[in-house]
Amino acid sequence: MEHIVIIGNGIAGVTAARHIRKLSDKRITIISAESDYFFSRTALMYVYMGHMKFEHTQPYEKGFWKKNRIDLVKGFVSKIDSQNQMVITSDQKEIPYDQLIIATGSKPNKFGWPGEDLEGVQGLYSKQDLESMEEFAPNNKICKRAVVVGGGLIGIEMVEMLRTRNIPVTFLVRESSFWNGVLPEGDSQMINEHIFEHHVDLRLNNSLDKIVPDENGKVKSIIIKETGEEIPCNFVGLTTGVSPNIDFLKNSGIETGKGVKVNRFLETNIKNIYAIGDCAEQHEAIGNRKSVEAVWYTGRMMGETVAQTICGNPKEYKPGHWFNSAKFFDIEYQTYGWVLSERRKEDNEIHFHWRHPKEKICITLAFDAASQTFLGINTLGIRMRHEIFDRWLSENKSIDFVLEHLVDANFDPEFYKPYELEIVSHYNSTFGKSIHPKKKNLKRIFQFN
Amino acid sequence: MSTVDKSMALTGQPPASLSLNQKLAVVLGMGGMGILVLALFNASFPDKSLWLTISMLAISAGTLWYSWDAYANKLPGIKNDGVWFKSISSRGLLGWMTGLALTGFYIVLYFYPEYLGLANEGENKGVISLFDPLSKLLNGNPASQWFVYGTLYTVAILVFGIKFLWKYRHNRYERLRTLSVMFFQTAFAFIIPEVMARLNGHQILNGGSLPYYDLKSIWPLNYYNFEGYRIKMFLSSGNIGFALLIFAIASVFIITPFLTYKYGKRWYCSWVCGCGGLAETAGDAFRQLSDKSVKAWKIERWVVHSVVVFVTLMTTAVIYSYLGKDTSKYWLTKSTFLIGVASLLTLVFGWIMIFKRKQLQKDAQYGAIGYFVIIMALIGFHFFSGDGYVFLFKSETLRKTYSFLIGSIFSGVIGTGFYPIFGSRVWCRFGCPMAAIMGIQQKLFSRFRITTNGGQCISCGNCSTYCEMGIDVRAYAQKGENIVRASCVGCGICSAVCPRGVLKLENGPMDGRIDSNQVLLGNDVDLMALVNQK
Repeated sequence: MEHIVIIGNGIAGVTAARHIRKLSDKRITIISAESDYFFSRTALMYVYMGHMKFEHTQPYEKGFWKKNRIDLVKGFVSKIDSQNQMVITSDQKEIPYDQLIIATGSKPNKFGWPGEDLEGVQGLYSKQDLESMEEFAPNNKICKRAVVVGGGLIGIEMVEMLRTRNIPVTFLVRESSFWNGVLPEGDSQMINEHIFEHHVDLRLNNSLDKIVPDENGKVKSIIIKETGEEIPCNFVGLTTGVSPNIDFLKNSGIETGKGVKVNRFLETNIKNIYAIGDCAEQHEAIGNRKSVEAVWYTGRMMGETVAQTICGNPKEYKPGHWFNSAKFFDIEYQTYGWVLSERRKEDNEIHFHWRHPKEKICITLAFDAASQTFLGINTLGIRMRHEIFDRWLSENKSIDFVLEHLVDANFDPEFYKPYELEIVSHYNSTFGKSIHPKKKNLKRIFQFN
Repeated sequence: MSTVDKSMALTGQPPASLSLNQKLAVVLGMGGMGILVLALFNASFPDKSLWLTISMLAISAGTLWYSWDAYANKLPGIKNDGVWFKSISSRGLLGWMTGLALTGFYIVLYFYPEYLGLANEGENKGVISLFDPLSKLLNGNPASQWFVYGTLYTVAILVFGIKFLWKYRHNRYERLRTLSVMFFQTAFAFIIPEVMARLNGHQILNGGSLPYYDLKSIWPLNYYNFEGYRIKMFLSSGNIGFALLIFAIASVFIITPFLTYKYGKRWYCSWVCGCGGLAETAGDAFRQLSDKSVKAWKIERWVVHSVVVFVTLMTTAVIYSYLGKDTSKYWLTKSTFLIGVASLLTLVFGWIMIFKRKQLQKDAQYGAIGYFVIIMALIGFHFFSGDGYVFLFKSETLRKTYSFLIGSIFSGVIGTGFYPIFGSRVWCRFGCPMAAIMGIQQKLFSRFRITTNGGQCISCGNCSTYCEMGIDVRAYAQKGENIVRASCVGCGICSAVCPRGVLKLENGPMDGRIDSNQVLLGNDVDLMALVNQK
């Protein structure tokens, strides 16, 4: 029986395993050094915050793996011998494979700062990172202040985590506004305000110079590059992005760049070896996407795709319309299609921004200046229906159509206040239009069910 | 994490520790409880009204003060920080102690009310006597243990309801739902029946007496509603009594099915019901303790549907026992009644098996067939063997057994007593026959579902963790599948705690409600092809 070996038990590897099992009877082995069972990486923060226990982040019961005949091996793969088709673990176990899937995810970036390897300095990616955070920042007596470096999604999550334990946090963000490489100005600005509301010492336009040790090799303080200011702290979170976790592939003959180079079928340069998820790098980026996509959803999609290919139905990785989501403290963020930040967007992309006068709610819609085609939406504090936006994007609807039917896309819980009237009237006055919002229509909403 | 400190010290680490305000609030609330305990041991209180008022005020103020401090100074949003660090909400020592205390209270309440001071003759003593003035004010009679319980129950729903309103002040669905259960408990369960009792003997009732009737309590939750003595009381109380009897029947056969079709069983379980009301307010801190395993789900299905069968048999037997045989006296006789029950059950069973079989799991199909055969056999056996014991037992024995096992032990002692151990909806999930019947309808014939928002799920597990009914919501959401489960009471918390806006409770067309497409996990698909598949 063909033996499929998967390195990594994250969302990409586990999705691949599940779908291979659905489609075939092949022998499946997943190797991981991180944890015994698959868990949701994105949920680690909730364990530290006390919303869940670690077990709750595991989506499948223990019996699931046996029932689906997916063998779990705990071990660290130190080498791949592609000549003899086997992987070798750090305790010298040899595991032969017929097809190999590399799904080893990411590791936190470090940029060579002095002191970046001190005790109490870490990123947040793995289960081990969480355990180490619990050790160095368990409460505000042991950790009198924490500094988080890097204004992205993991950074703000780490800040939120630390704040739940009443630890004072200084948040260093290199940019002039939070995550404004991705978010348009209005959205980004609102998140800045929300970060301040949570009593975080947010320092925009500030970056890390170095980390200063105490006599025991623990972090004592950090120095800010721009001002030279020294901030005493007991914990430093480095959240300046992640990069593919592929160091073990050196000398394996597998072509790597930032990540493991793959074609659209997710095949590496070596036959029978595939790479998926965070660690895979497309030869050419797809559309507006990056060549390395470190996103939960893309890991899952690649897992589904590679399972098809391996089970005899070769399929290109063809992600549909871009979508993503996050939560910034209390504010939920969803995006469908592309809304580019001022830094990235071109002249043809026009933005319409609406913000609630009092509450922390806003949306930004992007459309093409010439054709008036709707390009994408960012929504903060309002939930939107994925299915509807996906449909509108596929059908190249105009911005006017989208605003007219916006209520169909609303996904807030029942009885929530609707904002469509205000949004549309703001749109009308901004662009000199006279759109009338349509009433919510169940037939339109559920047409695909 | 092994490093998490589960100590019950109130000083521990944030976010598990209590602030100074919260400590003082606990002392105040405990003071109020202390008055009740003193009364329990027959400490004499000269002015009962005054001391009862002080006690209730202290308990309420303590709880409200505590909640105010916990939520008021924080921004609106999800407030689950430290839930699994706190002893009380993570089956720690405090949780077990509270569980034992509650269980003990229920055992005394149901089986040894004399320890609470209930006197069969003469004046009440103990804690019950403390409630005499309030009882007399409302219904004109001295308090019973049930009056004491009802008062405490209502206070709990009101006070913890306010706590819940603060906690979820950003969520309008949760706020309205909570206001609704607070209203129905206060008006329907507490005040109206007590005031109705004042009418007894009045000419408006033709001099008759109405049975104690909480109008929102519907058969089979209210399993005794059609017992002989109650029917007599209804029928002897003029037009009002007759109207109430019609309402009681209509609420089973018309109102409940209609509303469940439109909105799912949530219209009752988390908007109206008293058991649900307590679970959603006082029990809210324990919702995460429900068992999410597949095994628990299996047990749930067997146990709760067995209770339905039990209550159906029991009620049939009880009604049968007081009906006459002579058609000339009254159209409804023993035999017409039995034939009626058998036909109705056959109709429901046949409809499910013919039209909805595919939506049932294998074991549910076998269970349904098995139970149907048993009930029919018992009815047939009885019908053809002439008089004698109904369904092999005396109807009175069936009734007493049901009321002891299900009415007292299950719904009270286990259902509420074990809040801090098994979570807040043990009764609703494993025991309530009304929830089970509405659940079958919700699964098979209702517009309600929880929609999963395309591919946005990140499998984090907040929804499953905070589902009080132990539904593994995530298992559906991460597949892009809608959640249509018999047990869902529609509390909406899964949707509230979801950090990615994936879940929405809504009513919509029944087509494609269950096997919703799994399109939008993200890979590009030919949408038209998908449409055509459907």
